[in-house]
Amino acid sequence: MEPVISVQHLVKRYKGADRNAVDDISFTVFHGQFFALLGPNGAGKTTTVSILTTTLAPTSGQVTVAGYDLQKEASAVRHSSGIIFQTPSLDLNLTAEENVRFHAILYGLYRFRPTFASMPQAYKKQVEQLAAVVGIEQDIFKPVRTFSGGMKRKLEIVRSLIHTPKVLFLDEPTAGLDPASRRNLWAYLTGVRQEYGTTVFLTTHYLDEAEQSDAVCIINKGKIVASGTPEQIKRALIEDYLLITSNDHQALCLELERLGLSFSGIGPVKINLNGHTAHEILRSISTPLTGVTTHTPTLEDAYLEIVGKE
Amino acid sequence: MNNLNAILTIAYRDFLKFVRDRARLVSTFIFPVLFIGILGGSMQSSFGAQSGFDLLTFVFTGVLAQTLFSSTAQGIISLIEDRENDFSQEIFVAPVSRYAIILGKILGESLVAFPQGAGIILFGWLVGVPISMPRILAMAPIAIVICFFGGAFGLIVLANLSSQRAANQVFPFLMLPQYFLAGIFTPVTTLPAYLKVIALVTPMRYAVDLLRNAFYAGSGQYDRVVAEDAVVNMAVLGAAFAVFLLFGTVLFVRRERNR
Repeated sequence: MEPVISVQHLVKRYKGADRNAVDDISFTVFHGQFFALLGPNGAGKTTTVSILTTTLAPTSGQVTVAGYDLQKEASAVRHSSGIIFQTPSLDLNLTAEENVRFHAILYGLYRFRPTFASMPQAYKKQVEQLAAVVGIEQDIFKPVRTFSGGMKRKLEIVRSLIHTPKVLFLDEPTAGLDPASRRNLWAYLTGVRQEYGTTVFLTTHYLDEAEQSDAVCIINKGKIVASGTPEQIKRALIEDYLLITSNDHQALCLELERLGLSFSGIGPVKINLNGHTAHEILRSISTPLTGVTTHTPTLEDAYLEIVGKE
Repeated sequence: MNNLNAILTIAYRDFLKFVRDRARLVSTFIFPVLFIGILGGSMQSSFGAQSGFDLLTFVFTGVLAQTLFSSTAQGIISLIEDRENDFSQEIFVAPVSRYAIILGKILGESLVAFPQGAGIILFGWLVGVPISMPRILAMAPIAIVICFFGGAFGLIVLANLSSQRAANQVFPFLMLPQYFLAGIFTPVTTLPAYLKVIALVTPMRYAVDLLRNAFYAGSGQYDRVVAEDAVVNMAVLGAAFAVFLLFGTVLFVRRERNR
């Protein structure tokens, strides 16, 4: 696989700060991947995205985006990236289409024209298509002021895709959206990824969003504390276990000891699966059981475990 | 080529924003109207006779230059406010030269200052300032120069400030003294000696004087109201503009990225 973003030993210390906001992190994002940078508030997510999108200078480290060096070829990096900021960056005084048009001109796709009517046919078509993908084609000539939070985000997606970026950076894009809008937005983003093969770089503190990703980096206090696929992270950090109860607690404990299973707990007994299946363990127990609960961790469990340890 | 398109786009956006903001449209005219109508008028009736020139016209030319200068400067300062919650984020990640961004912004704020200037001229005409077509035509190119100079002044101030709060606190301190030192209400020649020295380094003074050069050209009052020759004013403005723009942009960009 071809790397799209490569980060080596990236460090950022803000002026006058006594610790690094980003503290020697390294990772690689591959072409077409959905990459999630996950972490609590103040972990260094936005700092990292700001550096990757050239608006903030790193203290040290090597970064390439789409094959371009961040420091030496900033303009090429900007051409290859689409960005959706944490706070919406639309101009509320303009219509949706004007926001998109100004973006297209700034990115050198078309020459300046004061009205939509005077823009080339190719542009009109592109706007129509993208607006249809996210479902705002009815509202594209309305002032952004009249848009809901979810619609604004969709418009930002349209805008960020108009110059067909290699990487789409999304910095906590669903913060402040209601659950329906969030789900909606993700459905559209998935569509966009399938349609254009865009690499997506997401920062979030919503775990369910990261759970859909191909690769996750968990960052805390400026350091990467875990990375891999969501599956790998879950497996490495949290064990699956079984909770069982019996009326004859003592007999159960004796039997478990005899079976050589490690267990703990005085109410419900907790047995770590350690690679066995729950079924195997249950089958080997003859003491009558009154309750069985299996526990399979979510990424959220893994995440809280990791971040909580620090 | 792309940078030219970027400049036009950024400028056009500023202009559209201004035109669509009715409250701002109205409020920008109130301040000059107060200055010329009330201050100029009352000064003329109390001291006008002794001064040997028409104070209403004098204040009118002063306020016109001041409005063009400070409106553009103030507009550039808004880059700070914008950068965290607005389209400016979007502008700063765009693959265009930083100079193009600043020039576009200055051009845009000039386009915003121009209708304000036109409003002041209209109001001046209504209250009896002797405005003629040749005078308007003589002032037009000067007005463009003043706007660009104001923009560059705003930029060098902005480049040295870190937050909107700092800007709100510092900016009035930089503008208010200029109102008096630039000779808007009274000629700089009447200032006491020590203020005359300070007035020499007041950027707005040269903008005001240059505009009066154009307005009073050929008038009998010229020698009483104009302090410097137009060539001197142009030279100072040109040099200061180049320095402000160059250092301002470099400083501003470095501040933005090296936080």
